[in-house]
Amino acid sequence: MLNRIEIGFKEGLRDAHGEKIKERIIGHLHIPVDSVRTFEIYTIDGDLDKDELEKAVGGPLSDPVIQNFAINRSLASAFDWLIEVGFRPGVTDNVGKTAGEAIAVLTGKQARVYTSRQYAIGTGPLPSLSRSDAERIATELLANDLIQRYTIYPGAGWDPGAGITPFIPKVTGNAKIRTAEIDLNVSDSELIQISQERLLALTLEEMRIIQRHLQDEGFLAERRTFGLSAKITDVELECLAQTWSEHCKHKIFNAKIQYDDNSGRVREIDSLFASCIKASTSEIRRRMGENDWCLSVFTDNAGIIRFNDAWSLVFKVETHNSPSALDPYGGALTGIVGVNRDPFGAGRGAKLIFNTDVFCFAPPAYEKPLPARILHPRRIYEGVREGVEHGGNKSGIPTINGCIVFDERYLGKPLVYCGTGGIMPAVIQGEASHLKTILPGDIIVMTGGRIGKDGIHGATFSSEELHEGSPVTAVQIGDPITQKKMTDFLLVARDRGLYRAITDNGAGGLSSSVGETAGLSGGCELDLAKAPLKYPGLDPWEILISESQERMTLAVSPENIDAFLALAKLMDVEATALGRYTDSGWFHVRYGEKTVALIELPFLHDGLPQMELRASWTAPVHPEADFPVPEDLGDELKKMLSRLNICSKESVVRQYDHEVQGGSVVKPLTGVCNDGPSDAAVIRPLLDSFEGIVVSNGICPRYSDIDAGAMAAAAIDEAVRNAIATGASLDMLAGLDNFCWCDPVQTERNPDGDYKLAQLIRANEALYDLTIAYGVPCISGKDSMKNDYQIGSIRISVPPTLLFSTIGKIGDVRRVVTMDFKKSGDIVYILGKTYRELGGSEYYALHGTIGNTVPLVRPETAKILYQRLSRAIQEGLVASCHDCSDGGLGVAVAECAFAGGLGAEIDLAMVPAEGIVWDDELMFSESQSRFIATIRPENRARFENILGDSACAVIGTVSDNERLTIRGAKGEVVAGEKLSLLKEAWQKPLAF
Amino acid sequence: MSRHIKAIVITGNGTNCEMETAHACRLAGFDTIDIVHISELLTGTKRLDDYDFLNLPGGFLDGDDLGSAKAGANRLLHARVSGDGERLFDQLLRFIAAGKLIIGICNGFQLLVKLGVLPGLNGIYDRQRVTLTFNDSGRFEDRWVYLRGNEKSPCVFTRGIAGVYLPVRHGEGKFMTDDTAILDAMKAKNLIALQYSDATHSGATMDYPANPNGSTDAIAGICNETGRIFGLMPHPEAYLHRTNHPRWTREELPEEGMGLLLFRNAAAFLKSGEF
Repeated sequence: MLNRIEIGFKEGLRDAHGEKIKERIIGHLHIPVDSVRTFEIYTIDGDLDKDELEKAVGGPLSDPVIQNFAINRSLASAFDWLIEVGFRPGVTDNVGKTAGEAIAVLTGKQARVYTSRQYAIGTGPLPSLSRSDAERIATELLANDLIQRYTIYPGAGWDPGAGITPFIPKVTGNAKIRTAEIDLNVSDSELIQISQERLLALTLEEMRIIQRHLQDEGFLAERRTFGLSAKITDVELECLAQTWSEHCKHKIFNAKIQYDDNSGRVREIDSLFASCIKASTSEIRRRMGENDWCLSVFTDNAGIIRFNDAWSLVFKVETHNSPSALDPYGGALTGIVGVNRDPFGAGRGAKLIFNTDVFCFAPPAYEKPLPARILHPRRIYEGVREGVEHGGNKSGIPTINGCIVFDERYLGKPLVYCGTGGIMPAVIQGEASHLKTILPGDIIVMTGGRIGKDGIHGATFSSEELHEGSPVTAVQIGDPITQKKMTDFLLVARDRGLYRAITDNGAGGLSSSVGETAGLSGGCELDLAKAPLKYPGLDPWEILISESQERMTLAVSPENIDAFLALAKLMDVEATALGRYTDSGWFHVRYGEKTVALIELPFLHDGLPQMELRASWTAPVHPEADFPVPEDLGDELKKMLSRLNICSKESVVRQYDHEVQGGSVVKPLTGVCNDGPSDAAVIRPLLDSFEGIVVSNGICPRYSDIDAGAMAAAAIDEAVRNAIATGASLDMLAGLDNFCWCDPVQTERNPDGDYKLAQLIRANEALYDLTIAYGVPCISGKDSMKNDYQIGSIRISVPPTLLFSTIGKIGDVRRVVTMDFKKSGDIVYILGKTYRELGGSEYYALHGTIGNTVPLVRPETAKILYQRLSRAIQEGLVASCHDCSDGGLGVAVAECAFAGGLGAEIDLAMVPAEGIVWDDELMFSESQSRFIATIRPENRARFENILGDSACAVIGTVSDNERLTIRGAKGEVVAGEKLSLLKEAWQKPLAF
Repeated sequence: MSRHIKAIVITGNGTNCEMETAHACRLAGFDTIDIVHISELLTGTKRLDDYDFLNLPGGFLDGDDLGSAKAGANRLLHARVSGDGERLFDQLLRFIAAGKLIIGICNGFQLLVKLGVLPGLNGIYDRQRVTLTFNDSGRFEDRWVYLRGNEKSPCVFTRGIAGVYLPVRHGEGKFMTDDTAILDAMKAKNLIALQYSDATHSGATMDYPANPNGSTDAIAGICNETGRIFGLMPHPEAYLHRTNHPRWTREELPEEGMGLLLFRNAAAFLKSGEF
């Protein structure tokens, strides 16, 4: 029985959500409207009588103080158009689920609840809207056709009493569960066709490897004993495709590469991952010797390092780019709750203590026509922002910092980097918490959410460019509360020693989580018929690879299984035993009694031969900058502060809870008005201690236009110097590398793949050099290699982008510093030398040019400066410190000044520089490894003594005067601006 | 020897400030502090009767999916404790009748309001008369706000507090009622214990962002007539040490954070002869 409930605000009350929608209709779509009222719709499928229905609606479903409700009639009236937006079948409906639970508590009856939302749009005295206007509002603002459906009702002739016939997006599954067999003894073209039709993303060569494997007599004999033929089952084929996907296997990073580096010879590189990233970390660990604080690197779901004798830290950053392109809200929400499960599933499992997010978008004011299937960058921006807001805030994990980068080339695929850190006791139940063991006989348990068709083919889909046939099912919507309940439960289970090992269900679902952990015991036997489903009708292969969210897989020893399941039940979390880990050597999957997959573990994990690729480097040559030095550098400074990549991101930051858990020390916004841009975040994870954690990010994709090697070096340097500026030390700073590239495999459609791979090599070699020089080991990382869009003849590729994130330990958080000028009379220093390095800079971008002199990192001098600065901060000599990054010293000084609400007189003639000709170059060069620091006059001698021979100079004084005055090399004032105007220029572009 | 005082901090179903709320109780001098999952109450493993101070911390009960704390209030009102069959809400009413202390912070305040426990005029605790709804900005916001205490309020928690600076972190914090008589009664009885104010704590303000949500009469926190039940949107447990203050690197501040005062007042009251 269906009943339809409508809930709206009482007459005369403010509808904040409706107002926001109205602003967007006017501001973004340029359609004049007078009013937007919203209504929540619950369609209830269940056996409730009238009394129960009224109790539910008047109780948990509505607020009697501010809301009205109507049962089986309409509330909306007096509108031009009424647009109702609901979900498509199978899309996660969190509100509906909660409503169903509330009804069960209230009435004891089970009901399924489906939600939708109505927007009643009125024009009042304005001209009325056409249906096509209403269509535009529905498609371009309110509904995402991929996951939602909408209906438009005209206001003319509307009869509220008649109501709207209830409709529910119920999933209608297969009537018959089946496992298909696929004959791979077919021609090459048929092999390709099978791969394409099933969205496997397997190449011909990979299909042939599977084909050959199924010709092995010994293997076939084994199959026969389990009732399997020489044909592969769909379960097996899908499992191999997931496991062998670029997303899971990192084929490009592990490839053998013939590299023409333009020096006249060709070098062979045997795996960038092994030779650059892992090699650097092992060299750094070797040098640390007994003091090595790395505990688990590259092997687990996240990197694990020592915090102190009693606690270990866990950190991971991932991307969720492809899903965010299709459904920004769901994609990003899944991105954040998904990466939460990595530290949660590392070692014995860590309590989650911070998030850090970095987004790369096309400019929100993009005005050119949009290519097919691409959402407007403004929708991506707002959807991603909101998804991460809900994922982070509702999970109770503070989003302690992050940044947003803008470039038109992120139009095809936005980059959504989500990072999460955790903390766990170093020893749990007498065992080191960073290690994982599984014994044969341990029970495979899945806990958390149920399995549906959402997220099928996520792993293979993200291993491809975004194309016409990109699957709808790849999109999922996360449910942070289901996940929170699960993590609450598992932390209790962990501390009671009720499970032996834990891992998350992410890309590839059970196929990956069980497949990978089966390697620890030497095999597994899994029964998919036992898996709890969201709705009936899933075939076994769908159950195995579904990426439905909020699930962890555990190995539970038989003696603990009863206690584990009982605790789950007590804490209202679903947990189900799905089989056992074995030492049989097989990845053995049944559906009930019937075997549906039998794959040898070595073949599953190592059956794929190393990919072989070519790369060739030729440095690009851009026209040199050719514009006159602007007369008013103050005006230039304001224009720079208004650049999207420099301006304030406060409107986003404020919407993320950055201080839940109570340990906030350096917040993302700082200064006299709590609105200046912090360099790094600092938190205290243990509230009874002053030991802290510093977290920072570095990202500078523009430099890739000149040299991706310089881009990578600058990203690493930026992350490290942000941490140093705040008070970290190189003694204990770890890194995470996160590469988002455009397809570096050369094909007909991707004719410059060899160059993009050379860019990747240069970036990795720079990473090797710099991490070793600084002694900052990478402890985990991730790559996403197909950030391209191709539909028809339009191809959009992201600029090669490395996000480098650091995590470090702060001995005493009471010593850290922030970037805001503190007191009039303090002495302003610049630390580090300025070179004529404006290639790829924001300043050149402002003038429409790229140039060639990309900023270079000089690690030998930088490292000494960092060590000295750390010491000066430790000794309490530094009043403020801010790193110079986008926009150089001009932007950095302005930020320090308006954040502190204090002016300064700055003399560019005093800046240690090399090769600089003009004042604008001094102001906006983006030379690396530089800081603006202020020192109390009485600390000057001690500070300079510590800085020694590092490039460092006094360039001015902090003043009470609310102006920033900058003198040029010749002594004349080149910029004199009121702080309020500088701040306004910086705050305006992305204000609320 | 002073009384042994016991605090309970409830968690589960989306609550997320339980650790720092428990830490505040510890610093304030409570002798026993238990973080208790709601399931432990519903199974009867733990009972409210065994405690003196009930903390309902911040978070997102059931995701606030049906409106802030609505589904949570529904559970608390109707779910029965296994074994004796009484409602958990009956335990809560008994706790109130015993004159014990309750604080609801952010989502916990929303819960008390949606249950009808606050303002609880005339001792009626199960009828919702006021609400906390969407901020005028339509957004969740994390920002620090100045608050003004009401010296005439019976509120036990805000005694001696003329002004306090704390963060708000919510999307639904706008206090409203549809009945001016309720508001008048609350004012007459000085149940409005905390208001958003200017930086000098001198006057209540309706100006955004000092008043971050557009709350009626700048209401940030209210108590019941006994002053023993208190709810507030700002987070006192988020300011327990000076390094929590957003400007601690530029201002001279006492070591102890101002948020702790509220918990100290609770502990002092329970240890005193007044209780």
